[in-house]
Amino acid sequence: MSVLEIKDLHVSVETDQGTKQILRGVNLTINEGEIHAIMGPNGSGKSTLAYTIAGHPKYHVESGSILLDGAEVLKMTVDARARAGLFLAMQYPVEIPGVTVTNFLRTAKTAIEGEAPPIRTWIKDVRQAMTNLRMDKTFAERNVNEGFSGGEKKRNEILQLELLKPKFAVLDETDSGLDVDALKIVAEGVNRAKANTGLGLLLITHYTRILRYIHPDFVHVFVNGRIAEQGGPELADRLEDEGYDRFLVPSNVG
Amino acid sequence: MSAASALSKSASKTVPESTTPAAGPSTLPVGQHGIKEHSDGRFGYVPVQTRSDRFKSVNVADFEAVTGREAVWKHSPVAKFTDLTAGDLDGSRYPVESTPSTDITVEWVARTDARIGTAGLPEERAAANAWSAFDQALAITVSGEEAKEITVTRSALGNSARGAHTIIEAKPFSQATVILHNTGDARLSENVEIILGESANLTVVSLQEWDDSAVHLANHFASVGRDARLKHVVVSLGGSIVRVNPSVRLAGPGSDTLLLGLYFADAGQHLEQQVYVFHDAPKSRSRVNYKGALQGQDARTVWIGDVLIGNKAAGTDSYEQNRNLVLSEGTRADSIPNLEIETGDIVGAGHASATGRFDDEQLFYLQARGITEEEARRLVVRGFLTEVVQQIGSPELEARLQLAIEAELIGTDDK
Repeated sequence: MSVLEIKDLHVSVETDQGTKQILRGVNLTINEGEIHAIMGPNGSGKSTLAYTIAGHPKYHVESGSILLDGAEVLKMTVDARARAGLFLAMQYPVEIPGVTVTNFLRTAKTAIEGEAPPIRTWIKDVRQAMTNLRMDKTFAERNVNEGFSGGEKKRNEILQLELLKPKFAVLDETDSGLDVDALKIVAEGVNRAKANTGLGLLLITHYTRILRYIHPDFVHVFVNGRIAEQGGPELADRLEDEGYDRFLVPSNVG
Repeated sequence: MSAASALSKSASKTVPESTTPAAGPSTLPVGQHGIKEHSDGRFGYVPVQTRSDRFKSVNVADFEAVTGREAVWKHSPVAKFTDLTAGDLDGSRYPVESTPSTDITVEWVARTDARIGTAGLPEERAAANAWSAFDQALAITVSGEEAKEITVTRSALGNSARGAHTIIEAKPFSQATVILHNTGDARLSENVEIILGESANLTVVSLQEWDDSAVHLANHFASVGRDARLKHVVVSLGGSIVRVNPSVRLAGPGSDTLLLGLYFADAGQHLEQQVYVFHDAPKSRSRVNYKGALQGQDARTVWIGDVLIGNKAAGTDSYEQNRNLVLSEGTRADSIPNLEIETGDIVGAGHASATGRFDDEQLFYLQARGITEEEARRLVVRGFLTEVVQQIGSPELEARLQLAIEAELIGTDDK
């Protein structure tokens, strides 16, 4: 049973106005097979949490720790974290000119498994995963994210999630910018990945609508760099009705 | 920017600095938009000259000694090859190997060959020096409408200063890929004339894989006939100083050219290309795409892209771009696109230039998928340069170049 533990995490970022404190003591434990939704207003630090778990160099960890099955993730390089079983589905996936989706997927799979995947089963797996996500075959020969629509980029992230089979995945606003059809396809992909591998999920979102298709076990409300309230799925319903206003004290506005 | 620097200028109307002894000082034309004195200390002397008006001569004595301040030389380390600009050059034949190919002849021809001087004439001293020196020209003549490929290899030029002349002629309606493969050592100044008859379809690849000490100054002059298509590719990987300057005159209506360049400068290497496209006929089309990578202390690249759309060239379409990827500190990439338009009746004319370092977000994305930093860098560089490789159109050469780029990348990892 794998477990991802985030303990008293404090994170800052350098801005033109100096050091800015963003995460102020985050505590969160995710067990394999659990779905946690993190919801919060803009600027509350949700994405910072996602990128800090993945190891983006822009974010400076001041204190605290992130443990994956007891091993300190913060000491690992970005690629080592991925190889250890962490995955971040990005809100704005970047374009990689000249690198085809096929080449990229195989390179990533080889890196994560430590050896090249058996060619025949791999091609079959890729095709099946693409069909499931309603991705056209020509996708495979296009350069990674180059000229992709918003929906195609998100589907490409979920394609990687399904093929790379991480222990824990952080989905950073995967629902943003998707129409309802694309949202359903993406949500199906996430649910399929969970059914197949039993991974743990940290679903970061501003809106409740993705929670209609991916059902969380726990909901955490993120305000001002820490978890302000947590509960079960019913908390999401309450947020849907009430919004975030009751969490925002006047001094935080702006 | 820290140690890496990029230079980019562009103007709708260009004022090149002159090196022409024949052109006298002139005054500023009144009312010409945007024209102003240059800031490089020429005391208000502003020669007005269109790109096609540069002084030309086949006689080395017509050019003054090279100082390094001339527009064509100001980016080059001229002190390192005075033997080629000022010395006597050995113009004798040299060993050439070529792959067998039907309908392509490779032979030595006399200076009196009628084709010599028809595609273009020297505009600087090293080119004129080579022209004055060569005994015989190497002539590669293509006929036959079937597609075919030939590789002509020079690998034993030696380290004495040489001058050479090459003619590549594609007869009307002929089709071929001609690969000029350069290896070994060399101190060479040369002119290459490329002549395309009506509707010919010719690809010329100049592949520089010289030894580390080699110095190579080349001017390619191409003349493209009616409805003919020239693909010209410069690939510079090896050599100390490599300067390959292609000039293409789109001489016939409907003529078309694609000029591609690929270069990878390591520590101390100087790789330069001055590209010039002259639209001199209606409905002509040109595309220029040069991409380079730089890594290591004093890795230096220069790209100058001149496009002139002449007043006879109505309905033309042109675009030129240069992209440089800076992989380390201590490098310098100059990128200077110039566009000169003498007719308003055009379909399109554009240029672009960008010089940048690695995109950290690309690296992060790849690393977040488990790919190590070294492998991620390699993927990004390979991807960046692949765009040009894929357009060459010779599968065998493309595969070889992918391996050569791979070798460059592994080489840079060790440094």
